[in-house]
Amino acid sequence: MATLTKQQIGSILAKQGILIAFALFMIAFALGNPKFLTVDNLFSVVRSSAILGVMALGVTFVVISGNLDLSVGSMMSFSTIVVLDLHDKIGPFLAIPAMFLMTLALGGLIGFLVGYLKLNSLIVTLGMLSAIHGLTLTYSGGQNMDIADKEGTWFSVFGQGTALGIPVPILIFAGLAALLGLVLAKTPFGRKVYAVGGNGTAATFSGIRRARTVFTCYLMSAGCVATAGLIQASRSLGSQNTVGQGLELEVLAAVILGGASLLGGSGTVFKTVIGVLILGFIQNGLLLIGLQFYVQFVVTWVIIILAVWLDVAAKRGKLWSPIA
Amino acid sequence: MKAGKLSDALKKGAIWGFILLELIFFSVAGQFLSLSDSAFMDLDNMLLLLKQSAPIGIIAIGMTIVMINGNIDLSVGATFAIAAIVLLDSMTWPIFAGLGDWVIPVSWLLALTVGTLLGALNGLIVWKTGVDAFIVTLGAMLGYRGMVFMFNGENPTSHLNWTLVDFAEAQLLGIHTPTWFLLGVTLAIWFVMTRTVHGRNAYAIGDNREAAVNAGIRVGPHMMINFAIIGFLAALSAVVFYSESGSVNPNDGQLYELWVITAVVLGGTKITGGAGSVIGTFGGVIAIQLLRKGLGHIGADTSTVNLVIGLILIAVLILDRQLNIRGKEELKL
Repeated sequence: MATLTKQQIGSILAKQGILIAFALFMIAFALGNPKFLTVDNLFSVVRSSAILGVMALGVTFVVISGNLDLSVGSMMSFSTIVVLDLHDKIGPFLAIPAMFLMTLALGGLIGFLVGYLKLNSLIVTLGMLSAIHGLTLTYSGGQNMDIADKEGTWFSVFGQGTALGIPVPILIFAGLAALLGLVLAKTPFGRKVYAVGGNGTAATFSGIRRARTVFTCYLMSAGCVATAGLIQASRSLGSQNTVGQGLELEVLAAVILGGASLLGGSGTVFKTVIGVLILGFIQNGLLLIGLQFYVQFVVTWVIIILAVWLDVAAKRGKLWSPIA
Repeated sequence: MKAGKLSDALKKGAIWGFILLELIFFSVAGQFLSLSDSAFMDLDNMLLLLKQSAPIGIIAIGMTIVMINGNIDLSVGATFAIAAIVLLDSMTWPIFAGLGDWVIPVSWLLALTVGTLLGALNGLIVWKTGVDAFIVTLGAMLGYRGMVFMFNGENPTSHLNWTLVDFAEAQLLGIHTPTWFLLGVTLAIWFVMTRTVHGRNAYAIGDNREAAVNAGIRVGPHMMINFAIIGFLAALSAVVFYSESGSVNPNDGQLYELWVITAVVLGGTKITGGAGSVIGTFGGVIAIQLLRKGLGHIGADTSTVNLVIGLILIAVLILDRQLNIRGKEELKL
C-alpha cells in the first residue's frame, strides 16, 4: 500500500511536476517581495519573455518531431535586420511580408535538409546558425540597422503598443500559443508530429509522410522566429547584427524545462509556455529579492537538471541511473 | 567488405584532400586577388596559422573523445572562460605574493584543476542521473557562464606577467608554444584512444552502449573520465591563450562549442558516437583555420567565413550520407 502511494505521488510529480514547481516558485517569490505579484510586474515579465516565448512555441514542434533547431537565434537576428532595413526602403506594409517570406525560405531549406535528405538536425542547424549569421552580416555590411524616422511610424505597435490595456507582445504570444496549442493537440497534423517524433519508423509504416511533417515543423518554427524578429525590431526600432545570439539555447532550455523530451514524441505547447514563464519569473524574482542579475543563470542550470532528472527518474521508477 | 573499406579510406582521407584543395585554391586565388605581396603558402604564415588554431584545436581534441563516447559537451566555452579567470586572478592573490615567478605553475595548476573538476561534475551528473549529456551540458553552459559573470560583472579580468608572456610567445625549433601544446595534446589523446583499454572501451560504449554494458564495461566511469579530460583541455586551452593575452572578457569563449563541434564533425567523427579519430579532428581544425585565413587573404570579410563554414558543414553531411549509402549498396552486390 505504502509503495503504491509512493508510486502515485511519483507519477503525479512526473506529470505535473513543472506546474507544482512553478506554483512553489511564485509563492516563494511573492512572500519574499510584495512587489512581485503586482499586475505591473507580471505584465513586464511576460512582455519581456514574449520574444523568447514565441520562438519557443515553434521549437516545441521541432523538438516533439524528434529534431533540434539551434539556428533560431541567428535566424531571429536575420529577421530583425531584414525587416528594419526594408522598412525604410519599401515601407512597413511590404517589409513585413517580405521578411516573413525570406525567413520561411530559410526554414524551408532546413526542413528540406532534415526532412527530405534525413540529415542530422543538430549539425544541419549548427551549420545554418553559422551560415545565417554570415548572411545577416553580409546583408547589413556589419552595420547596425536603424529606422530613420522613429517617431512617425506605426511599425512600433508590435513591440511597444497596447490593446485593451494589454501590451501587444503579450497578445501576440498568447494568441500564437493558443493557436499552436490547438494545432498540436486537436488536429491530425499535431498527431502526426507526435507520431513522427515518438517512433519515426512506425509512423512511416502507418502511412504518415514523415519528411513532410518534419518539413512543416521547421516552417512553423521559422514563422515563429519571424514573428519574434518582428516584435524585437518593432520594440527597439534599431538593432545589432547579433541581437538573437545565444537565444537558441535559452529557447531550448525553456522547451526542455516544459518537459519536452529531446528524443521526441512528448511535450505540449502549454508546458512550453510554463517553461518560458518560469525562466522569466526566475530572472525577475531573483532580481526583486536583491540577488545579482547573473545568479539567474546558475539557478536555471540547477532547475533544468533537476526538472529533467525528476522526469527521467519517474519514467524509469528509480532515482539514480542504472548505468554502472 | 572491400567496398566498405574503400569508402572508409575515402572518408578518412577526405579532410586531408580538402585541406590540400584549400591550399591550392588560396595560393592560386591569392595571386590574383590578394592585396598583400606575400604568398599564402609562406612558412611564417603557416606557422602562425598553426598557432592560431591552438585554442579551438586543443578543445576539439577533447570534444572528439566525448563524442566518440556518444556524448557531447556544450559547456566548454564557459569552462574556458572560468579557467582563464582563475589563471589571471590567482596570480594577484596575496597568499601567493611571496612566490615571485613561481606563482605561474601554481596558477596553471589551479586553473587546470578547476577545469578538470567542472568537466568531471558534468560527467558525474550524466552518469548518476542518466540525463542526456546534451541537456546536462546545455544547463552547465548557462550555469558556468553565470559564474563567470558573477565574478566580475561585465568587467574584464586582467593581469600581465611578462615572464609568462615571454614563455607563451616563445618559439622552439621555429614552432610557437601554443602549437607545441596542440601537437602534444593531439599525440597524447591519440595514444589514449588507440593504444589503451580506456580508448577501446570509449569506442565500444559509443558504438553500442547496451552491448558494452553486457560485455562488462563500466560505462559510467569511462564517460566521467572523458568529461574530466575535456574540462582539463578547455582549461589548458585557456591557460595557453591567456598566458599571452593577459586579459579575459566575461564573454570570451562564447560560441566556442559550436566552432569545436564543427571542427570535430568535419574531421569525420560521428555525432552518434562510436566512430571518429583524433587525427581527423586535427585535420578539421586546420581546415577551418585555413578557410578563415585564406578567405581573409583573398580579401573576403569575416561574414563570408561564417557563411562558407556553415555551408561546408552541411555539404560534408550530405556527402557523408551519399558515401554511406553507396557503401551499403556495394555491399549488397
